[in-house]
Amino acid sequence: MYTQGLDALGDESLHLPEEELAELEAHFQAKIDADEKIEPKDWMPAAYRMTLIRQISQHAHSEIVGMLPEGNWISRAPSLKRKCVIIAKVQDEGGHGAYLYSAAETLGISREQMIEQLLTGQAKYSSIFNYPTPSWADIGAIGWLVDGAAIMNQIPLCRCSYGPYARAMVRICKEESFHQRQGFEIMIRLCEGSTAQKRMAQEALDRWWWPSLMMFGPDDANSKHTGQSMRWKIKRFTNDELRQKFVDVTVPQAEFLGLEVPDDALVWNEETEHYNFGPIDWDEFQRVLAGHGPCNQERIRARIDAHESGAWVREAALANAAKQSKNL
Amino acid sequence: MSDERQHWPLFEVFIRARAGLEHKHVGSLHAVDAKMALEHARDVYTRRMEGVSLWVVRSADITASDPDDADAFFEPAKDKIYRHPTFYEIPDEVKNI
Repeated sequence: MYTQGLDALGDESLHLPEEELAELEAHFQAKIDADEKIEPKDWMPAAYRMTLIRQISQHAHSEIVGMLPEGNWISRAPSLKRKCVIIAKVQDEGGHGAYLYSAAETLGISREQMIEQLLTGQAKYSSIFNYPTPSWADIGAIGWLVDGAAIMNQIPLCRCSYGPYARAMVRICKEESFHQRQGFEIMIRLCEGSTAQKRMAQEALDRWWWPSLMMFGPDDANSKHTGQSMRWKIKRFTNDELRQKFVDVTVPQAEFLGLEVPDDALVWNEETEHYNFGPIDWDEFQRVLAGHGPCNQERIRARIDAHESGAWVREAALANAAKQSKNL
Repeated sequence: MSDERQHWPLFEVFIRARAGLEHKHVGSLHAVDAKMALEHARDVYTRRMEGVSLWVVRSADITASDPDDADAFFEPAKDKIYRHPTFYEIPDEVKNI
């Protein structure tokens, strides 16, 4: 198993003479600079390993918690087709969480540790999943905006310097391409519908626009991890670059739908050839991250309940496996 | 004793062609243990620098799906065309979706 023995060199390197450590680090950075991939058994600085464990496990937790806002609508989807689609999407998210947890395990953290970190609130997950989904239009808006923002974040990660993470992201991006399309299709149908349906679509856009922009993380001036992550090629673009790109591609889509983006300051800038947009409420972002968003407690409660009420299944499966091997 | 030597276990061999790519199955070989299997895999499968990393796994440790059951086994995915992006109609004038 990956989790056994992989850290041996990492731990030993703590006791290496300084010049030897510097040499290892220089060699490591040279590989990154040459666009070579780092694989689980390669030497890596402890901080690179820790950064990746934090990022990949948070990413995995986000997929798992991300099942909840949409899961809310499985039993109330407006047609059999929409129900099949949303079940398929939630299934994908569970799968994506699984790919990512196993990518993180190659770095020497166990699945149990990660789950415990999520359930005890020690680990974070994307702030976006702490917002409620009161109407069906929210499912459209989530696919269109939240998955749209996620894809924008995730495509550069397919070229991330850590091999197992990059490979998981290739698979995820490929599978995710239907998520955004089904969301936009829901928005199209609502916007073609009655006045009340179009109003639902507008209200969902109003609710999800700003939280979606926050998904890219703090602005560059306040992003403490960006510089080092860019040098390590874990990150390929800054938060603000990706956010701008998202605004630039999404505003024309809102115009197509005939919806209004809830930002008075939004205007096309001829000079930069980008949209200017208004200030983001970073206090809200920090509040939600700190656990005080509209649904933080509900989400973690749901995960704890799922974990606890599923315990007997895990135990029964183990007991059955032990029994079968005795019978052999 | 000589009987046992005729029954060296089979190992499956996987090669990572270069960092960044996944290990890919290339074939199998017989060896007395994993260490010998690795050395033989190097000599049998990577004489022309085919890879930068090797995995060997006891063939007996691999559980494979039954080809005769393949239809029924993979059937659940067959009718779920909505898992593909082409299932959704997005007008041509909408870009980047």
